[in-house]
Amino acid sequence: MSVLGPGWTSLSYLVAAVCFILALKGLSSPRTARRGNAIGASGALVAVVTVFLSAKLENIPLILAAIAVGSAVAVPVARRVQMTQMPQLVALFNGVGGGAAALVAVLELGHSEDPWVRLAVVFTMLVGAVSFAGSAVTVGKLQELISTRPLLFPGMPAVMGVVVLGAAAAGGLVVVTGSGGWAVALLALGLVAGLLLVLPVGGADVPIVISLLNAFTGLAVAASGIVLGNVLLLVAGTLVGASGAILTKVMASAMGRGVTGIMFGAFRGGSTAGSTVQSDRPVRSSSAEDVAVQLGYAQRVVIVPGYGLAVAQGQHTIAELALALAARGVEVVFAIHPVAGRMPGHMNVLLAEANVPYESLKELEEANPEFPNTDIALIVGANDVVNPAAKSTPGAPIYGMPILEVALAGQVVFLKRSMRPGFAGIENELLFDPKTTLLFGDAKESLTRVLGAVKAL
Amino acid sequence: MIDPITLLTVVVLAVFVGFEVVSKVTSKLHTPLMSGANAIHGIILVGAIIVAGQADDPGLLTIALIAVVLATANLVGGFVVTDRMLEMFGSRKPARPGAGAGEDRT
Repeated sequence: MSVLGPGWTSLSYLVAAVCFILALKGLSSPRTARRGNAIGASGALVAVVTVFLSAKLENIPLILAAIAVGSAVAVPVARRVQMTQMPQLVALFNGVGGGAAALVAVLELGHSEDPWVRLAVVFTMLVGAVSFAGSAVTVGKLQELISTRPLLFPGMPAVMGVVVLGAAAAGGLVVVTGSGGWAVALLALGLVAGLLLVLPVGGADVPIVISLLNAFTGLAVAASGIVLGNVLLLVAGTLVGASGAILTKVMASAMGRGVTGIMFGAFRGGSTAGSTVQSDRPVRSSSAEDVAVQLGYAQRVVIVPGYGLAVAQGQHTIAELALALAARGVEVVFAIHPVAGRMPGHMNVLLAEANVPYESLKELEEANPEFPNTDIALIVGANDVVNPAAKSTPGAPIYGMPILEVALAGQVVFLKRSMRPGFAGIENELLFDPKTTLLFGDAKESLTRVLGAVKAL
Repeated sequence: MIDPITLLTVVVLAVFVGFEVVSKVTSKLHTPLMSGANAIHGIILVGAIIVAGQADDPGLLTIALIAVVLATANLVGGFVVTDRMLEMFGSRKPARPGAGAGEDRT
């Protein structure tokens, strides 16, 4: 049915596009973010209703059934997923979006005569397929279904080269001939390229890859807007592509690395793997009771949570510890490095889930000037983000990465699983500093013991 | 087909809006940002609906319906999960004496 004329249709799509922009804009503050998201969702609803009212559609009952199936699968998962598993879910949704874009493009190929439109079809298929396969690998790595270490086989760069050339050739043939067979070949090559792109990426760099693949899907959707002559898809996809690109860059610079270094570092044999070499230099290790005394009688404690805390699912315990200390009159804040956790900003979500008020979450720039007035910096499951080598050792892989300057605090306490260096594979001089004490063990178990001891003080 | 120059104009402006809006997002909210942007590209659902509505053979229709299912999962799931995250950020009051202490929600 075409209830809406072209003018009203375009107007509705404009409304939807504005809603999407407002949704992103709302995220500038935690206070407006939720409303922004609701506005974005309403925009999506407007757009979907509009397409039903404006386009000449067959098969409407089947389409509605498919929408019901998609919602029935996604909503319960989205409602129930644990916050620690958020990165997997985001990657998964990203992948299926990319897959959908690729399929849409394949189906539109038969309707496209113009070579430029066919080029957009090729772009959408290729990027959508890369995003789908890449996201699948990312989910596998995050869920630890496959190794989080970089996976490489001999001759991988050569294989990648062949795949890229093959995809370019198949894409060219699709543009010239419009043949469905070549389109299928292109999709297959895109899937292989997605696998080859993400398999060599190490676990610590996965957050950046999620962000990059998100941008890819955005671009695929934008290109599908050209294929379908739909301005909303073009605008929405471009917005996501631009935001994904910025976020990827922000993340990469927060890690002191270039995006290309992360994507192709493993190909060149660069270290994203992390070292397993343990140092045998002497350190001062301590007991949970001693740490509790240190914390309980301090005036100001800054907690630096890291990846290890997320892995150990210790966010609720650390929130309780913060409350217990606050009840004793200790001022407690959390200093969050931009790459703490398993995706950008992930640590903030985990701590928000554990009811830590967001006012006590300090970003790097806010936290650093406060360390000289801090009695104790408590570092839980983090290493590279506080490693002074980022400032002092020009040859170090993390050199240039902004760090939390915990060394300026009166005393430093590390809760660490072992003496293994962080992902960057470099020793942390701070561990051997006279003012540093270490408490070894799983982050959650150590925290539980410290919490018990603080309560007993 | 819309005039290519018009499309280019739209793309260029959208890129600037995207950069502008996202560079103001606080790093505390980067995860919801990613998941929200993720939900927005689920709008490919509109494209999937169009191709499904035009599919005239059962094979093509099946593929199109798969695209509809995937796109819906992306769109609906994305907004729901973003809302869940933001709910945790939004409802927090600065002073919460004792709430949540002593209980482990895991």
